[in-house]
Amino acid sequence: MAAETPAVLRFENVTVSFDGDVALRDISFAAFEGESRIILGAAGSGKTVLLKTAMGLTKPESGKVFVFGQDISTMPEKRLFDIRGKIGMLFQESALFDSLNIAENVAYPLLNQPSIQCPAAEVMPRVKRTLEFVELGETLEKFPSELSGGMRRRAAIARAVVTEPPLQMYDSPTAGLDPITAHTIMALLIKERDVSQATTLLVTHRYQDGNLMANFRYNSEQGALEPVRNGAQQKSRTTFMVMKEGRLVFESDQDAIESSKDPYIGKFVKQRV
Amino acid sequence: MVASECGDRTYLLDLLKEPVLDVQEFFLLAGRALKNIFRRPHYGDDIILQMDAIGVGSLPVVVMIGCFSGVVMALQMSRALAQYGQVGKTGTLVSLTLVRELGPVLTAIMVAGRNSTGMASELGSMKVTEQIDAMRALGTDPIQKLVTPRVIATCVMLPLLTIIADFVGMVGGFMIAKFVLSIESRQYWTSVWRALEWNDVTQGLLKPLVFALVVSLMGCYHGLRTTGGTQGVGKSTTQAMVAATVLIFVLDVLITKVFVSQGGS
Ligand SMILES: Nc1ncnc2c1ncn2[C@@H]1O[C@H](COP(=O)(O)OP(=O)(O)OP(=O)(O)O)[C@@H](O)[C@H]1O
Ligand SMILES: [Mg+2]
Repeated sequence: MAAETPAVLRFENVTVSFDGDVALRDISFAAFEGESRIILGAAGSGKTVLLKTAMGLTKPESGKVFVFGQDISTMPEKRLFDIRGKIGMLFQESALFDSLNIAENVAYPLLNQPSIQCPAAEVMPRVKRTLEFVELGETLEKFPSELSGGMRRRAAIARAVVTEPPLQMYDSPTAGLDPITAHTIMALLIKERDVSQATTLLVTHRYQDGNLMANFRYNSEQGALEPVRNGAQQKSRTTFMVMKEGRLVFESDQDAIESSKDPYIGKFVKQRV
Repeated sequence: MVASECGDRTYLLDLLKEPVLDVQEFFLLAGRALKNIFRRPHYGDDIILQMDAIGVGSLPVVVMIGCFSGVVMALQMSRALAQYGQVGKTGTLVSLTLVRELGPVLTAIMVAGRNSTGMASELGSMKVTEQIDAMRALGTDPIQKLVTPRVIATCVMLPLLTIIADFVGMVGGFMIAKFVLSIESRQYWTSVWRALEWNDVTQGLLKPLVFALVVSLMGCYHGLRTTGGTQGVGKSTTQAMVAATVLIFVLDVLITKVFVSQGGS
């Protein structure tokens, strides 16, 4: 369909292994501009490795990874920094720097990404704006260890999106959180997606997160989520991917995943209550 | 595992593979860290912070160790010298042993205990909590940002600490000389000063520089290769300390050998 426009992210037969243990096996897919991809899968199925490979943090053993049309699988680390400047990533364990406070953490990509030229006077206002966006405007001076898990997750989201990257990847943003905080965080991610029109990869254990991503959008007038009426102007397409033991076993839209007969896939969908 | 079925030779090679890879990885890290000294960006704040942690933080313990080793050397040497009726030469021996051996080695071991382990555990916990990955994701090279400042700071501070330890040790020796052995202060300090030749001074400054590389690179290397959660951090901390200490002694022998065969005395 979108053969003309280059994919934002494309995997071509990517295999990743650690000392002989295969973590990703022959993965191929492509994500296009404005698309949301929900990546489901059991623990240890390779979701985190997939995201890290997309960022060039782990190198594929074979196959190619294209980000914004450039092959990053053989690129030296120095040149990768330019591409990473266009990707925002939320790590599974947040990975905030504990020696820096929250404001410094969020300012870090603005000050350190070589490809991002942010005037010094702009840094603090942008940090404040982003932290207010994730409703953490009061905690600039606090250190990560002084925050709750959900707050840390939100601070890490702020750090991932402060540069307004066109490709955003979130690793299990709702894992281990209570339903209310989890919903708040999902609302934030949808808001971020709709405000910045970014391509989004969302790794999650919960099908309902994917359901929210697929069927809700952020209404900037009311400042709340609202359901997208079925079929109406579905500009932001949502694709579901299911990983199993390093393989990509399913890739299609929501209707297909809900009608899937596969018991492994069914287990993820049935969680939807 | 597969190789063990293919006969003894490949099995042996397999056994050797890991240490060889480790050494190669260590030298790769060392090379990159040193190359980065001449490359931008420089993280000046981190260097200052590390200098403070290594230099100022280690000062009290280094002063104490230096003082006591001077005292002990003076006591021991004077007893040995008394047999030849040469107690007046105490200053010479204290000065030589301190500058050539005890100062550099003891200071390096103290700093290894404080800072190699500190670096290994700090970098190790950053590794296991994905902070190193995050650093790379956010546009900084962890070697440039973490390793190089530590190497520079240690290379500056360890020689300085060694000089302080040497001097404090001489003062410690002086106290024994004056109050226990009743050697005149002038005689003691003259013998201390006369004992030292260029050879001793270069040796006494080259050693801490080499040890600084060992201490900082071993700490960072073991920190960065940490795997397996908090338990792994504990393991790398111990490994860093052991490796640094052993290497300090091995390199001490090598450097001493070079200087002994070079200088006459
Ligand atoms: N750095 C690494 N070294 C060795 N093996 C690794 C490493 N990272 C991941 N693996 C292995 O790769 C496989 C996939 O791991 P991954 O972290 O991608 O799982 P995941 O799908 O993210 O699981 P979870 O939902 O629990 O986060 C696992 O078997 C894991 O043991
Ligand atoms: Mg994971």
